Amino acid sequence: MSDPNDENPVDARARRGRNLLLAVVLVAFVILVFIVTIIKISHNISVHG
Amino acid sequence: MSTLEALAAPAAAPATVGAARAGDYLALLKPRVMSLVVFTAVTGLICAGRPMDPWLAAVAILCIAVGAGGAGALNMAYDGDIDALMRRTRRRPVPSGRVQAADARALGVTLSLFAVTIMGLAINVLAAVLLAFTIIFYVAVYTLWLKRRTPQNIVIGGLAGALPPLVGWAAASGTAPLNAWILVAIIFVWTPPHFWALSLYTSEDYAAAGVPMMPLVKGVASTRRQILAYCLVLAPLGMAPAVTGLAGPIYAAVASLGGLALIVLAIRLMIGKGPAPAPASCPVSKTTLYTVDAGARPARDLFVLSLIYLFALFAALLVEKLAGVAPLVR
Repeated sequence: MSDPNDENPVDARARRGRNLLLAVVLVAFVILVFIVTIIKISHNISVHG
Repeated sequence: MSTLEALAAPAAAPATVGAARAGDYLALLKPRVMSLVVFTAVTGLICAGRPMDPWLAAVAILCIAVGAGGAGALNMAYDGDIDALMRRTRRRPVPSGRVQAADARALGVTLSLFAVTIMGLAINVLAAVLLAFTIIFYVAVYTLWLKRRTPQNIVIGGLAGALPPLVGWAAASGTAPLNAWILVAIIFVWTPPHFWALSLYTSEDYAAAGVPMMPLVKGVASTRRQILAYCLVLAPLGMAPAVTGLAGPIYAAVASLGGLALIVLAIRLMIGKGPAPAPASCPVSKTTLYTVDAGARPARDLFVLSLIYLFALFAALLVEKLAGVAPLVR
């Protein structure tokens, strides 16, 4: 694996961009699962009491 | 260097993987194709006419979009070799070397699994199965099997692009009735004349990559005849929702006028002179699809009109459903 300190500025900026995108996708996934869970629980409560 | 050698040469020296930007991974998802998939899926979802939690509706559309993106990434992973030979596609992330094919494959598999799993857990099993079938059909049947083997590639493979309204309908209702299949049939029959019109003036690209598009295998005259035949089927088929209780007067007007215009342009294409292919040395540009020589204008016009036609049909359906316009037949 290459040493991150050896990266040129362009590659470092590209890597930061990729990491940021991955972070956004992971946070969005967590929020998505949370929302779906709440909706499903609410629906089940309203149906079954 | 000959023309073919020039086409076969890579667009640029392969970049290192470290240079891949976040936008390259987004480009793997084919956002323009995804937008059409989402549009037709939303139409199917709303036409189902079942009340649905808006958050769950958004999740269903997200799953369809992500599934389409995953399929697009897998397509680019497997087609990297021929994409490098075509002017229109050689700057994509895989052929340009910015993203490795294995990474594109991993992204495609991950997104596809995510989309189908969430669809099954959050929406319903039928929608998840249809979404999985759509992705597998696009990757296995179209990309890996048909695309390089037969001029009927986009005829059969077009089913994958036709299914999103059915997936949307199934997501909303858990059913797949006749009206949903009519929407599928419209896109299915629309696909060949749309792509053959495009391939009539971009056939050099397909020839360089060895993709057996219809004009290369059967010739320009045969392709133009087949385009007209498909348009003659598509025009009345496009009217079908107006007589099955799905659509109202706005849709009927759009479908009849649009269908008539398609047939007129298909006849003009058939009786006109053969399109002059774009020179292989012309610069790579999205405008290549729209800015063409005079000889290719009939094919270009039909290509553009077919896009407008499909968009107008589904937009009319959406407008009628959202505005509460009653269908012509109950």
